[in-house]
Amino acid sequence: MSTINHAQLEQATQSNGPGGSASYGRVKTPGVDTTHGAILYLESISVIFDGFKALNDLSLDIGVGELRCIIGPNGAGKTTMMDVITGKTKPTSGTAFFGQNIDLTKMQESEIADAGIGRKFQRPTVFENHTVFENLELAMKMNKHVKPTLFARLNSYQLDKIADTLELLRLTEEYKRPAGLLSHGQKQWLEIGMLLMQEPLLLLLDEPVAGMTDAETERTGELLNDLRGKHSLVVVEHDMDFVNQIAQGGKVTVLCEGSVLAEGTMQQVQADQRVIEVYLGR
Amino acid sequence: MNTQNTRVSLLDATQTNLFSAKAWSGIGIVVLFFALLPVLNLAFPAGHALHVSAFAIALIGKFICYAMAALALDLVWGYAGILSLGHGLFFALGGYACGMYLMRVGKPSPEIVPDFMTFLSWKTYPWFWSFTEHFWYAMLLVVLVPGLLAFIFGYFAFRSRIKGVYFSIITQALTFAAMLLFFRNETGFGGNNGFTDFKTILGFDITSPQTRAFLYWASLSALLLALIVGRAITQSKLGRVLTAIRDSESRLRFLGYEPLGFKLFIWTVSAVICGIAGALYVPQVGIINPGEMSTENSIEMVIWVATGGRGTLIGPIIGAGAINGLKTWFTSVVPEFWLYALGLIFVLVTLFLPQGIVGLVRKLGQRTKGQA
Repeated sequence: MSTINHAQLEQATQSNGPGGSASYGRVKTPGVDTTHGAILYLESISVIFDGFKALNDLSLDIGVGELRCIIGPNGAGKTTMMDVITGKTKPTSGTAFFGQNIDLTKMQESEIADAGIGRKFQRPTVFENHTVFENLELAMKMNKHVKPTLFARLNSYQLDKIADTLELLRLTEEYKRPAGLLSHGQKQWLEIGMLLMQEPLLLLLDEPVAGMTDAETERTGELLNDLRGKHSLVVVEHDMDFVNQIAQGGKVTVLCEGSVLAEGTMQQVQADQRVIEVYLGR
Repeated sequence: MNTQNTRVSLLDATQTNLFSAKAWSGIGIVVLFFALLPVLNLAFPAGHALHVSAFAIALIGKFICYAMAALALDLVWGYAGILSLGHGLFFALGGYACGMYLMRVGKPSPEIVPDFMTFLSWKTYPWFWSFTEHFWYAMLLVVLVPGLLAFIFGYFAFRSRIKGVYFSIITQALTFAAMLLFFRNETGFGGNNGFTDFKTILGFDITSPQTRAFLYWASLSALLLALIVGRAITQSKLGRVLTAIRDSESRLRFLGYEPLGFKLFIWTVSAVICGIAGALYVPQVGIINPGEMSTENSIEMVIWVATGGRGTLIGPIIGAGAINGLKTWFTSVVPEFWLYALGLIFVLVTLFLPQGIVGLVRKLGQRTKGQA
């Protein structure tokens, strides 16, 4: 059950040409070919559930190291788009590529995660009966097949990594607590931390500040800004202030009724007549 | 707290011993106690104050096999959250594999066919009985037959992402179908009478107290080994993956784990342990028939685990002993009330002891600690 077949691997190692410098100095995972500077291409994706078009001819691409905010009213297809990227939903038509060479529509969820796409859900989903430490340990990038997992022992490098992540999340004191006992905000951070342990190339965050206090929201913004450039990020969010805080002149995409309505900086998007209509009622 | 300190304490968090020193000594004392019982049976004549009756040895030997089956079920149910209502099938298959050997070596020549084959006018053993007169081949079957069946069944069920009650119902149907198959005389396993009237095992008289003591010790060792293996698995990272599957399977997928392999692994290990328990059970009770595959048996196993405490490994062993002890008492005093009592126990445990006996002991332990 190898995640990336041999031909793809070879292609990726050969393509480490000058174009590869677009990856902002981050060590590349073999297998993902980002020589054209884009980490994710969605092309004319449609998803139809019983006649209802959740996604309608959606095209989108995310650059390497980019932080992209995606906004849109309820039912715009934001979550369905995440589902397509992570393999939970298969598109009715269209293509989804990770880098140039990995066809996401043909892969299982676990294979996609292994190839380097991490996802944070709307509701914080951590393993509540596992300790904070164990949550991070489970998420850590390593061989996730049965036999290596049975005999897995943490080495000092991996322990350091967990310690560093705990510090970044400010959860060092809590490492022995079951994750279920954390506050809502702490759970959200832990989940972001789990994504970091996966060392993904692309991180998908579904409403990372939903239900957070102002202080927690601010802290989450700091965390995400910390990750900017090291990972490519896609953030789906309702909270406009928060989007303003993290977008920082980067691109914002507005989804509506399953396709892209507008794209540009926050200022451009906010000035767009159609966007105002969709958000303020018709 | 500086990074150095953090690392040291994290290292501490990862160093999970198999058992704590206290638990090891507890297990040691209990095993020693049960290991001594056959000695008391052999060393003291009947009527002596320290004599343990042959009946008690046979009974406890039987309970040990049940305990092993309960432990196997706990591995899948308590840890991976896969509720099997068909573990009686694996138990019975292990038992049948062992029974085939016992049937053949009990005859003056292993080529002489048993009566049920004579009635079918089969002159020789059919192909699937080949080599079963060899002990080690039969033991191989004990492991392979339940293991392979579990692997193949599990592969298709888990690959189709069949979960929860749907999976439980299918396991129930599987054991029921197998029971109907084994009830047929033409299947070649003795129909509803199954196998009985065993004479020898490895050349020893199967009814002698010495052989019985050895079978008892073999069961006790197997149970101890199963406990250690089960504990090693559940304490490993794979154990944490299993509990993560139980709590949130889809989340685990997005972390890059494919649950299929992990479920299949623990499901197969569980079936093999259950099969070995069945194989040790048959020579001690002297009979195996399709009744062992009945749905009631499998459901009873679930009650043992629930009563003892799911996801604790020790709990199901205690549960199997406690429930079967009660069953022995009930069926000798008021047999017609046993099923009512069993149902009542299950209801009470579900309502008041969701963590079973082990959970109750833990809670009491915490309370006394809190008061002190």
